[in-house]
Amino acid sequence: MRKHIILVLAGILSFVLAACGGQAQQAPTTAPAQPATTAPEQPTAAPAPTAAPAATSAPAGGTSAQPAAGGVIERILSRGRLICGVNNNPLPGFASVDSAGVYRGFDIDFCRAVAAALFDDPTKIDFRPLSAQERFTALQSGEIDVLIRNSTWTLGRDGALGLDWAPTTFYDGQGMMVRKDSGIETLEDMNGATICVQTGTTTELNLADQFRARGLTFTPVVFPDGDSTRAAYDAGQCDGFTTDKSGLISSLTLLSNPGDHKILDVTMSKEPLGPAVRQGDPQWFDAVRWIVFATFQAEEYGITSQNLDQFLNSDVPEIRRFLGLEGELGAGIGLPNDFAVRIIRHVGNYAEIYNRNLGPDTPFNLPRGLNALYTDGGLLYSPPFR
Amino acid sequence: MAVGSPSIPPGKVNIPFYRDTRIIAVIVQIVFAFLVAVGIWYLYSNMMNGLRQANLLPTFSFLSVPAGFPIAESVIEYNPSMTYGRAFVVGILNTVRVAVIGIILATLLGLILGIARLSDNWLLRNVALVYVEIVRNIPLLLQLIFWFSLTRLFPRIQESIDVGGLIFLHNRGVTMAWPQVGNDFDTWMLWVYGGIVVGGIFYVVRRIQFIRRDRPGVALPYAFLIALGIALLGFLVTYLMNGVWPISLSVPVLQRFNFEGGITITNSFAALLIGLVIYTAVFIGEIVRSGILAVSKGQREAARALGLTPGQTMRLVILPQALRVIVPPLTSQYLNLTKNSSLAIAIAYPDLFYVANTINNQTGQAIPVILMLMASYLSVSLLTSLFMNWYNRRIQLVER
Repeated sequence: MRKHIILVLAGILSFVLAACGGQAQQAPTTAPAQPATTAPEQPTAAPAPTAAPAATSAPAGGTSAQPAAGGVIERILSRGRLICGVNNNPLPGFASVDSAGVYRGFDIDFCRAVAAALFDDPTKIDFRPLSAQERFTALQSGEIDVLIRNSTWTLGRDGALGLDWAPTTFYDGQGMMVRKDSGIETLEDMNGATICVQTGTTTELNLADQFRARGLTFTPVVFPDGDSTRAAYDAGQCDGFTTDKSGLISSLTLLSNPGDHKILDVTMSKEPLGPAVRQGDPQWFDAVRWIVFATFQAEEYGITSQNLDQFLNSDVPEIRRFLGLEGELGAGIGLPNDFAVRIIRHVGNYAEIYNRNLGPDTPFNLPRGLNALYTDGGLLYSPPFR
Repeated sequence: MAVGSPSIPPGKVNIPFYRDTRIIAVIVQIVFAFLVAVGIWYLYSNMMNGLRQANLLPTFSFLSVPAGFPIAESVIEYNPSMTYGRAFVVGILNTVRVAVIGIILATLLGLILGIARLSDNWLLRNVALVYVEIVRNIPLLLQLIFWFSLTRLFPRIQESIDVGGLIFLHNRGVTMAWPQVGNDFDTWMLWVYGGIVVGGIFYVVRRIQFIRRDRPGVALPYAFLIALGIALLGFLVTYLMNGVWPISLSVPVLQRFNFEGGITITNSFAALLIGLVIYTAVFIGEIVRSGILAVSKGQREAARALGLTPGQTMRLVILPQALRVIVPPLTSQYLNLTKNSSLAIAIAYPDLFYVANTINNQTGQAIPVILMLMASYLSVSLLTSLFMNWYNRRIQLVER
């Protein structure tokens, strides 16, 4: 009996001590420290590095970077991997796993850009597949470092959910897919229809708003994941299927008879999609923000992964600053000075990311539209790198 | 050795406190309670600290904010302009709905199954055995998805399978004709109440007569017939007066997208109910079988010797005694069914867990929502236990 009591006491004591030890780290989260991943590193999937410029010889966790102590960046660097929250359902063009088991897509490339900026290695990522319902909780609890999962930036989410949104990487709008033989041309034709929608999304809320505003009724069929939602629509359990237009175009390729369906010529909402981080570490937020801006700025300068080396010999001061050849711009946001070079070399500029995943050579062939540089009539605009 | 061993009189020994088990027990408990309190306090303050940094301090104020999201089916009226609190109640009622219907059906099926497994009929016995062994060895989630996938094989709603113009099977569920309350329903209800009162008076009067004459007699069935007769008469009279039946049959008519009228059981609800009933009935069946086997063989032989038929033996002798063994484990199966209904999220049935998840996702108030969720499941489970414990006490053998 006594022995048992002592054992129990010892167990409790060790638990409390361990807990106190955790407190000393001043970690801003309730989540336990992530164990270091021991998975073998994959061979670099992105374009092989060309001749390394002299200015970029800093190793991972570069000496010029000054991540705030106890911040997210320090945690990522000591862990040795970035944990990026991505879509758990295949959304071709944005996030899906190819036949070789490698994650590919527009959102995935932005995860890789963040990893490239931090580690000079776009493969040092653990992808954490998340459903629409799980994603914000995973970010709030610190289970993931950054969420890049076609998530819409709204005031409610920015405020009440305790998140911060980096610049929008894809300007989208909500659309509606129906069968061609249904004779539906506008939303007004859909009074009384059954509509498939994914839960935990802005589209679920917009759908209700749009139909209420038009005085129409509908029956929602709501699934927690995109796969089930699409499958239910495909089986004819719903008359319509709504999500972001990019998502509809992507889903169209996965339907059993893509030719039988059409996307209505109506945009039900604004859906600015971009990376999100948890509130509470301004430096990490800044870092993610400027990593996104760097892809815009690189396109504006015309710097690509192919011609990067020529630009590294440039004499133009603003390009030299952008590429970290002059000044110490990266240090202020906890990134190495050459983070833009790392991103461009491993992942490319915005146009390369876009064209690789959604451009003319892909099945989607999405026009750039709003997702063009401001100089081409789009909305992509980077503040100056100086 | 001349002194010999010192003999200390018992009871006067001065045992140091650290060797006194009574005192040690108290000290250990105090220390334990203190450590638990410190642990809880640490976890709580750590959580609040983290939430404060993330600008996510817990609050329940979201409950009165419009929810904005639609819910596919609801027992009470609901639309997206109603509050999160209302949405949560809709979730609770949806869970209770599937749990109550599921418990009733699972009990019936389980009872049949348990008796079938003990049947003298070789075929029946072995069919029941195969059913039990297949169903209880496959995870419930898989079974739910299986039933849900089956519903996809039905035709689209425009090409529904028509059963006599009253029932329509399609891949969104089952639509069937359903009684509908007419305008004169309230008038008719007066007749119904009248019938109940007259029947009640008749019963009381007859009973008094029987007691006075000190003779046994049957009163209840006649009282019941009188009440029913008056209600039927009222049904006819209301029709003759107004030309409309107080209760009519609402026959579903296919509109452009969906059926109008009748009642539709969605495929999600049907799949969830079928899955839960079939799964839980297996465990109930085994409990029933064990209960029946626990009744001593002599009881059955005695009943047969008295000339009771096998059916009467089961109904009047075996089952009442078996219930005492059956009820306690049956309670945990009822609780299991209720809790397993949270798997509904996989097949798009908006139960409590599903709605709470959506609320959590929209408001970011994970801790209040999860507390409410736990409290709700706990309340439902405790109420079920309370009822079953009361029932269990009632059927226990009263010994003197």
